[in-house]
Amino acid sequence: MTTNLLEVRGLQARYGPTQVLQGMDLDVAEGQVTALLGANGAGKTTTLRALCRFMVQTSGSVTLAGERIDSRSTEQIAQLGVGHVPDGRGTFMGLSTEENLQLGAYARHNRSGQAEDMERVYHYFPRLRERARQQAGTLSGGEQQMLAIGRALMGRPRLLLLDEPSFGLAPLVVRDIFAIMRRINREEKVSILLVEQNAKLALNLADNAYLLETGRVVLSGPSAEMQRNDAVRRAYLGE
Amino acid sequence: MNEFLHQLLAGLATGGIYASVALALVMIYQATHHINFAQGEMAMFSTFVAWALIDAGLPYWAAFAATVVLSFVVAAGIEFVVIRPMHKAPVLSVVVVFIGLLVIFHSLAGFFFGYTIKPFPSPFPADAWYGSSLMSAHEVGAIAVALGMVALLFLFLRATPLGLAMRAAAQNPGSSRLVGIRVGRMLMLGWGLAGAIGAVAGMMVAPVVFLDPNMMTGVLLYAFAGALIGGIDNPIGAVLGGFIVGVLENLIGTYVVGTELKLSVALVLIIGVLIVKPSGLLGKTIVTRV
Repeated sequence: MTTNLLEVRGLQARYGPTQVLQGMDLDVAEGQVTALLGANGAGKTTTLRALCRFMVQTSGSVTLAGERIDSRSTEQIAQLGVGHVPDGRGTFMGLSTEENLQLGAYARHNRSGQAEDMERVYHYFPRLRERARQQAGTLSGGEQQMLAIGRALMGRPRLLLLDEPSFGLAPLVVRDIFAIMRRINREEKVSILLVEQNAKLALNLADNAYLLETGRVVLSGPSAEMQRNDAVRRAYLGE
Repeated sequence: MNEFLHQLLAGLATGGIYASVALALVMIYQATHHINFAQGEMAMFSTFVAWALIDAGLPYWAAFAATVVLSFVVAAGIEFVVIRPMHKAPVLSVVVVFIGLLVIFHSLAGFFFGYTIKPFPSPFPADAWYGSSLMSAHEVGAIAVALGMVALLFLFLRATPLGLAMRAAAQNPGSSRLVGIRVGRMLMLGWGLAGAIGAVAGMMVAPVVFLDPNMMTGVLLYAFAGALIGGIDNPIGAVLGGFIVGVLENLIGTYVVGTELKLSVALVLIIGVLIVKPSGLLGKTIVTRV
């Protein structure tokens, strides 16, 4: 029996006058990977932003581990254990790789154990250790994606929000990163909400999935069922 | 030769002042990409506050400390009340606000303290430094204070989590919020630090140029030149630039153009740097891969 770490009810989001999310319900089960699928402009990135109250105006209820977070600020939500790996990776270009990782621990009130956390990140992403002193803006796209995930991990999150980690990366790099995300999910007991345009990749990793169309959930269920669904196969898996 | 050395060292002493104000400019520029044109007038006003405190009977260093703290609070308050509501405004509007602040502080200083020139005490002995005829104790002290301040600030920015958060907030406010950094507070902190640094610079320059509401007008221009030479986004560069400008100003003023045209040295330097090397000596050209 799994409990829900995140429960979202009637979430609406808009940028100024433009309404993007039309009231969505969504659950992320504790310890599992949940995928959010959909075409461009369906509202996937906006959903992640709305959960963190980042850049969008929102209404509706968002509950993290039994606690309402929908009226908290972005900064407070980060402190409550939501690690957001944003669209575009959000690298601090002018700072070193190591400094980027240190910033990830900023949200934690108690900074003890930061050195061990950094070791853990380096253990998952050995490439980052090689680049520790390098200006983060000079890292390759794949390395910056690893850095973004590592930065989020430094905050010891309970929930990781991943926005298109495959974006703009070579297939081999994507395969590596997805394999590491699975390990992180299992070994660190971090629940993951994954936004992905590549439905095949996402459904392979995720336990459950939601399909979004123009700001609404049109289909949801265990990944295996979603993979068998005819509509999903035709529209998103290209079969 | 002795005369040359004397001018060189005097240049270093005023350079320390320029370096401090340049540092204050860089603190705010790094965070907001705006040049605070009111920085000099804020420093001048702080110096008047110190003067009033000393006049009221406070010992020098007590007045010094109180002024630094007060300047920090007032500058942070200005960020919160005046600048923050402007964060989405176009650049020109912000510039107008800065010029407004400049005029307000100038007039307030005149209103409260008058336009007559006042002497301002130096914390350092009045005699020459260890009997040397080259530098006064105040000049040596001013340089030491400037360098000490830079060292402290550098330590704060490079070696503390708060300093790192400040640099992060300046570079990437969005990502900073996602890792839990309250960007607004960092901007306030930056303004506060700039205000405090300016106050120190004002109190160091006032014994030399005497205290009046016009005290910092020229200093701000030199400091701006210094910040540009060193690299407007680099605190260390700004300090280096400040010293360079102080020395150049003195030497060129003495041997080339004469005292009357000294201020034009600053303008020539500003334009020269912008043409030849806009990023300055130590300015970082951020490399990005996309």
